[in-house]
Amino acid sequence: MKLTAQLRSFCSAIFQRSTVENDLNAELSSHILHRADDLQRSGLTRREAERRARIEFGGYVKYKEESHQALGGNLVEGLLHDLRYSLRVLAKSPGFLLAAVLTLALAIGANAIVFGLMDGLVLRPLNVPHGESLYGTLYGNNPTWQSYPNYLDLRDRNRSFEALAAFNMVLGVGLDTGSDPTVANGFATSGNYFDVLQIQPFLGRFFHPADERGPNSAPYIVLTYAYWHAQFHDDRTVIGRQVRLDQHPYTIIGVAPPGFQGTLIFLSPDFFMPIVNQEQLSGASLNTRNTDHALFEEFGHLKPGVTPAQAAADVDTVGAYLEKTYPKEVGHHTTRLATEGLTSFGPAVRGFVAALMLLAALILLAACANLGSLFAARAADRSREVALRLALGSSRTRILRQLFTEAVLISLAGGSLGLLLSMALLRRLSTWQPIPGVPLHLPVAPDAKLYAVALLLALVSGFLFALVPIRQVLRVNPYEVVKAGSLTRAGHRFTVRDVLLIVQVAICAVLVTSSMVALRGLVRSLHGNYGFDPRNTMMAGVNLTTAGYTPDRVPAMQRRTIDALKTIPGVEHVAMVNSYPPLVYTAGNMTNVFREETADLKPANAALMPYEYDVSPDYFEAAGTALLAGRGFSWSDDKNAPAVAVINREFAQRIFGSVSGAIGRAFKLQDGTRVQVAGVAEDGKYISLTEDQQPAMFLSALRSPAPDAYFMVRSRRDPQQLAAAIRARFHTLDAGLPVDTETWTQLMEVVMFPSRVATLALGVMGMLGAMLAVTGIFGMAAYAVSKRLRELGIRVALGAQRSEVLQAALGRPLRLLGFGSAAGLILGLLATKVLSFIVYQATPRDPFVLLGVVLAMLLLGLLATWIPARRALSINPMILLREE
Amino acid sequence: MPDQATILPGTLDLLILKAVSLGPLHGYGVLLRIEQISGQTLLIEQGALYPALLRLATQGLLASEWGISENNRRAKFYQLTAAGRKRLREETSEWNRIASVMSTILAVQSLAAPAFAVQGEEA
Repeated sequence: MKLTAQLRSFCSAIFQRSTVENDLNAELSSHILHRADDLQRSGLTRREAERRARIEFGGYVKYKEESHQALGGNLVEGLLHDLRYSLRVLAKSPGFLLAAVLTLALAIGANAIVFGLMDGLVLRPLNVPHGESLYGTLYGNNPTWQSYPNYLDLRDRNRSFEALAAFNMVLGVGLDTGSDPTVANGFATSGNYFDVLQIQPFLGRFFHPADERGPNSAPYIVLTYAYWHAQFHDDRTVIGRQVRLDQHPYTIIGVAPPGFQGTLIFLSPDFFMPIVNQEQLSGASLNTRNTDHALFEEFGHLKPGVTPAQAAADVDTVGAYLEKTYPKEVGHHTTRLATEGLTSFGPAVRGFVAALMLLAALILLAACANLGSLFAARAADRSREVALRLALGSSRTRILRQLFTEAVLISLAGGSLGLLLSMALLRRLSTWQPIPGVPLHLPVAPDAKLYAVALLLALVSGFLFALVPIRQVLRVNPYEVVKAGSLTRAGHRFTVRDVLLIVQVAICAVLVTSSMVALRGLVRSLHGNYGFDPRNTMMAGVNLTTAGYTPDRVPAMQRRTIDALKTIPGVEHVAMVNSYPPLVYTAGNMTNVFREETADLKPANAALMPYEYDVSPDYFEAAGTALLAGRGFSWSDDKNAPAVAVINREFAQRIFGSVSGAIGRAFKLQDGTRVQVAGVAEDGKYISLTEDQQPAMFLSALRSPAPDAYFMVRSRRDPQQLAAAIRARFHTLDAGLPVDTETWTQLMEVVMFPSRVATLALGVMGMLGAMLAVTGIFGMAAYAVSKRLRELGIRVALGAQRSEVLQAALGRPLRLLGFGSAAGLILGLLATKVLSFIVYQATPRDPFVLLGVVLAMLLLGLLATWIPARRALSINPMILLREE
Repeated sequence: MPDQATILPGTLDLLILKAVSLGPLHGYGVLLRIEQISGQTLLIEQGALYPALLRLATQGLLASEWGISENNRRAKFYQLTAAGRKRLREETSEWNRIASVMSTILAVQSLAAPAFAVQGEEA
């Protein structure tokens, strides 16, 4: 009851302040009037009586204030008072306010963005019921394993999954609704896909296992909500409508629920189709067991009580069985399972986000150190004011509370600004389409969690930097300060502020080092040696299947295409590669090869698993790949000639021991074909920039024609003109043939993407770090000069040289800068080991990086001390001494 | 440093509770009654009464209500609540206990010093 009464009066004190005020005034004046009545009765005049009554009452304002406190309104009142006072104080130094708020806004903004990324990509499971317990195989985990027949066997034989679904990507499909054909991206999924995910359609129905009756038997598609909304404008009559996918008729049977974007967090497909129909569109054969192209991933909910490790072991058991049953077609490796959503990119994404998190935390720490030293400097400057307030009876708690109010005000302002910045950036990131043709989607919409994190960070950093000057305030001795003027503690021992500055400079040096390493990595990856020369090379992707060519007409058409392209003026070389060229879409085909003497060609006996490229004659010239020995292919290397291969140096060394010894030797393919080595090519990169050196082999495309190929045209002509010329040639060959023309460099954007993003992110962090270093050193140097103006003036008056004045004024900040930079450089170089898995050739022992960091820190130091140095040099002792 | 302010409010609170326990009073009435029952020996600074009154009201020991005084003026009347009555009983017995202990101690003359020394050694 007591508590409720207190609460009530507390609340009324806040919300009905005017009522309480009136009430109190009425009560107090009622007292005075009663007293005056009594005094009047004792014979005084009314006026005199009221005057006496007022005097007898005592300090009216004081007792009113105390009564307010008794009513419980004092806390709020005090806070409001602190708030008003803080605002006044801050408004008096707008420069400090601006610097502090901006510093914090950048630091908190950076952290909020990284948190948004982490939340969207790492913390949040897939947007389906029980998404956190969906486990799947990893793409690229198991070559010659991700095929449809293997999926069926795994689905039926495993004992760990409640049900197992599978999906594959079908990118760049022509979707024709009858009016305007567009290119769309889809997922080809097993019939039980939606059942396993336990989701319900928004409109119409999903397809189910009952719809699948063999290859190309289920021409149905389900649209994603976003695609339906954007392309069909929420038209509910689309259900049952016929569309054409690459000329094949399909029926739209449903729309997926809003928010469901397939089973990869970072991709947003436009539609889903049954995997039994994917052969029509992608040409990936459904019933071939020995392929990696038919499936991307298999996944499902684990049965109750089954751990992921047990499930992986179970998958391995099925794998071993299949390997035994189909020795020529299945090679099974140990399985890893992961929660569905990030697939094999999981460790890289998590590592990247963790690295960013660390750097962002460092930025915030540096910002806090920065503001902490600014606050400490201000507290020192205000020691006189603090002393006066103490002398006038204010308590130290009250003064500290006011300092904290100031800090929290600044941190909240900085936090809000940072949050706004991060929200704008995250919104942009979520609609970012950096790679043409890939439906990238970063689910990073800002939400309540983000606001909470930003608020928390703001408050924590506010308290952190407000902690710095506490000791100073507690030590202030009012009598000393008022007597002797402001505290000037000249001394050579390290103060808290010195330590803060070193920490801050060190952190900044770490950030600058990281961004330099990343920048070097990017420059290297742009001008690196890939084992081919992507410059001046136009790629024309053509899939003859979609244009209706039967397999027997493919080789002739491709030969005619090459001949036609060669006639374009300015073209140096034309070649063709089946499927994808190296470093395009992180796509590569690995196959088993065996030593010549191996008789039992089961995958377990394979000597090597190189990347395989089926290429036309002139490929090495067109790609700019150097042949180290032997020859490339000619038009006579067709089905009738003995099989020959060009292998890379790695392949030659691992199987034959040396480059020169490989020529003329032979090896076997999975199907038993004996292949003789005709040439050895230089090593290269095949699916990613950061991969270890992989073996690769090139076979003649004439022996295994494929309808899906890239024509590569090397020419120094302007790419746009060249592309137009190439298209014109295709038009005369076959007017109805769809052609994709892009430069090899453009096609490589997917593999460049991680290191670009890393460089961008690290670059921004480095810039932030550099800015913090500048403001930190500037603050320190400016403060050092302003504190010692009088001393410097006396030095000048006594005949000190300019260099001596500079030495006296800036020696200390510069020494601290040196310490901090050295420490940061060492730490930063250690940290680059962490970066090396994202950034191409991130090596700490790079003279350019070392030099770059030292130069950058020197420049930053120079920049930051420039103005204070000018101020120190322009001291006029006469004016200064007169003022004091 | 012993602070007078910490002792005085306690005493004042008890006086106010006692005064109000004899019947509802407005602030000035409380003052008069304390002066009256103390035989004019206790003089209270008039304004100091109000922070104490409001504190007691906030603690739920007093209930207040606006009314018309004997002078025909608006005044706020205070009245003891159940909790206030309980508090008054407790404080009164506590006061009596301390007062008797104090008077016993102050009555002791020469024996006081050794008695304390022995106690100190035992502890």
